Amino acid sequence: MFFEPKTQVSKPSVRPASLLLLLSLGLLGIGVFTPERIPFLNEAGFFLFISSGLWLIFKRFKKTNAANLQHQTWFRNLASRGIAAWLLGVVLTGFYVVLYWFPHTLEFLIREFDGLSQLLRNKKADQWFLYGAFYTLAVIIMGIRALLKYRHSKHHLLRTSVNIFFQLVFAFLLPHILVFFNQPEFYFSYFWPLKFEYLFPDTIHHILAHPGGLPVFMIFWSVLLSFVVTPVLTYFWGKRWYCSWVCGCGALAETAGDPFRHLSDKSRKAWQLEVAIVYPVLGFVIVTTALLWLNSYLQGGLLGSLSGGFARSYGFFIGIIFSGVIGVGFYPIFGSRVWCRFGCPMAAYLGLLQKHFSRFRITTNGGQCISCGNCSTYCEMGIDVKQYAQQGKPIIRAACVGCGMCATVCPRGVLKLENKKPENRHAPTPFFHAENLRILE
Amino acid sequence: MHILIIGNGIAGVTAALTIRKLSGYQVTIVSGENAHFYARTALMYLYLGQMRYADIKPYEDWFWAENNIALKHDWVNAIDFKRKTAMLASGEKISYDKVLLATGSQTNFRNWPGQNLKGVHGFYHLQDLQNIETATENCSAAVLVGGGLIGIELAEMLHARGIKVTMLVRDAHYWGRNLPPEEARLIEKRAAKNGIEIRLKTTLKELESDENGNVCAAITDKNERIPCTFTGIATGVIPNTELAKTCSIKTNQGILVNEYLETSQPDVYAAGDCTELAFKGGIVEQLWYTGRMQGEIAAHNICGRKIPYERGIPFNSAKFFDLELQTYGRVVPDPAKNETSFFWQNPEGTASLRVNYVNDKARSITGLVALGIRLRQEVCEEWIKEERPLASGLLHLKEANFDPEFQRRYENDILQAFKTQHPEVELPERKKKFRWF
Repeated sequence: MFFEPKTQVSKPSVRPASLLLLLSLGLLGIGVFTPERIPFLNEAGFFLFISSGLWLIFKRFKKTNAANLQHQTWFRNLASRGIAAWLLGVVLTGFYVVLYWFPHTLEFLIREFDGLSQLLRNKKADQWFLYGAFYTLAVIIMGIRALLKYRHSKHHLLRTSVNIFFQLVFAFLLPHILVFFNQPEFYFSYFWPLKFEYLFPDTIHHILAHPGGLPVFMIFWSVLLSFVVTPVLTYFWGKRWYCSWVCGCGALAETAGDPFRHLSDKSRKAWQLEVAIVYPVLGFVIVTTALLWLNSYLQGGLLGSLSGGFARSYGFFIGIIFSGVIGVGFYPIFGSRVWCRFGCPMAAYLGLLQKHFSRFRITTNGGQCISCGNCSTYCEMGIDVKQYAQQGKPIIRAACVGCGMCATVCPRGVLKLENKKPENRHAPTPFFHAENLRILE
Repeated sequence: MHILIIGNGIAGVTAALTIRKLSGYQVTIVSGENAHFYARTALMYLYLGQMRYADIKPYEDWFWAENNIALKHDWVNAIDFKRKTAMLASGEKISYDKVLLATGSQTNFRNWPGQNLKGVHGFYHLQDLQNIETATENCSAAVLVGGGLIGIELAEMLHARGIKVTMLVRDAHYWGRNLPPEEARLIEKRAAKNGIEIRLKTTLKELESDENGNVCAAITDKNERIPCTFTGIATGVIPNTELAKTCSIKTNQGILVNEYLETSQPDVYAAGDCTELAFKGGIVEQLWYTGRMQGEIAAHNICGRKIPYERGIPFNSAKFFDLELQTYGRVVPDPAKNETSFFWQNPEGTASLRVNYVNDKARSITGLVALGIRLRQEVCEEWIKEERPLASGLLHLKEANFDPEFQRRYENDILQAFKTQHPEVELPERKKKFRWF
């Protein structure tokens, strides 16, 4: 069609900020390629990067309101898989490759974080500390962007604030402070089956090897959250309590991934692929965990020395390649929730609970849908929301993370996230009479 | 049985899908405008870069073949009722058993001098949008003729591209045929805040041409000259009746239909924007919702289930920049003689609620208008149907709310305002909630 993506007219007001941002990248670039450390160069680059980034965000979203949130999204090179998007994708993916396989090349950056690392956990920084710091910084800065962009919506203000809080406190500060006190580096906001190793026998032995009563509480916490709290909270509020409020992957997707949310694939093929991958991943985690416990019970009789390596290589494949390189590195190409949609075992577990044992649904307001397609377009999980709305049906899908964006972009306010009693949850509104054609089969 | 549907808008497509659900009939949709069904309601979002063409198709392309609905991208030139055959522009002939006319509508150009100049466009279909895209590429000032929904959509589109917009509105207040003045004022203010200039009680006299045949100014009925290089015509739409007329089907404003949506010819039905409801005093309904409902009812009748078309409790919705509007019941600018209305708005002018009711002792609710507040259609409809007393409605306003979670709610403000305005009305005391502390 004729409305192809086109270069967006850059508004002059954002130019100074953009230039400063490029300058800061230049300064940091010099740091990468200079063997000798130049005093204050990295600090200056870093400071400039954050301040100009925030300035740019402020300039760009100063005049945003409920009507123009997504104007020109497909005209922006970066947001419509243009050259800028591919470049960013290569840079992000490259960062993961360097981080996992060539961490020594990041030495210059890692050393910059020694101070913070010493302060928090009383030891020098390493590549994972650097990664955690970058990740948290991305959630905070892009979180400020989301807060500004969606400031007309109390729901998004609250949700984004909680995202930032959990990432900063539970996924960054607390685990490192635990290390400071000679406790295991434990993440209270991640549980099995996402953090599958927390219920592996080896990990439990490792955690319990630390002094005091806290490690016992950690094990108790893991089991409680995975098997009791998760089903209960999901029953009342759906998957969203975790995926778009607490989880760190979700936090990054909702903040740093927000400019790319519309790039998720809504086709039926993508849905078939999703089902074919994400449930086997969950099955794999369950089987692995069971086998490891059986093996531990038989004192190594089942898998022998293989067990450790088996778990590790699986962890590497799923945790690193999938969630990092593809999940985040490909944000600008496949959208922000690729990992959550196709790879996350926790999302699969929560999804099954949400679909079958939950009060949560997105209600369609009578016969008011005008089939415009905004809800589907801005669904980061690739759900074809309008397919339900235009038939007057409530949206009950395992994939839905309940971010609420469909309800926000709907120009007629037709959708609402609700946790009413589960009776008649699937009942369509009486405003559409005909029986439905099946879309997903 | 072969059902031929002419037009692939919401009425034609809803009819096709409903026939598919009800029967195993062969269904063919012929459309000259476009190969696939797309949502007209979303056209503005293409211009705004908010969606791509693929995103505004309500169904993926595989959907039609898989549901056994044949599509043909062609115009129908004539229909031979005796031989039950449709003649297409390509020369192809299609024989049918029953035919549905869902030919939609077109922009209502009112014979203004200069309306055929370059840069003067309506806003109805994809072709219009393409023309608007070309015409506004280097445009800095535009004039829109007519308020209403298409007008405000155009205003929002042009405003987003930094074009100065002047709107000529015939009535004393915005969307005067549909909105009470208080709501209209709120919308006018919202438009003004976005830099849209609305000229009330002003109509278009003529359009002025430059040396290249492009529009260069609009002259109003007050002889004011407003320079512009684009003029958008938003004075409503009129039914497409050309095909029906060439086939000697009875038409007036639109194609005349009875309550079963049958036309004057046997086995010929009509639905959507193109119809005129002869059994209802000749009203023409041209909303997305009514197109869908008519399409559905036409399908039932085509399949032999005699069901009369009944719109039910009317409803409508719109969005004016960031201000959402919902109406339920028959809402007109001036309430009927025996009706009166309670109106509340917040001091910021970002939300309002109007409840129309019968002006007697029972005070039963007849309609609701909400701006900046979302209401639940099921509840509003039930209230109007069961003639719920106003006081009871206001006390239970919470049940009717459809706003997102954590949103600022106005139920108490509205109730307080009602108590102040109507101290004579006794409100039943609400039971106090049991509190632990």
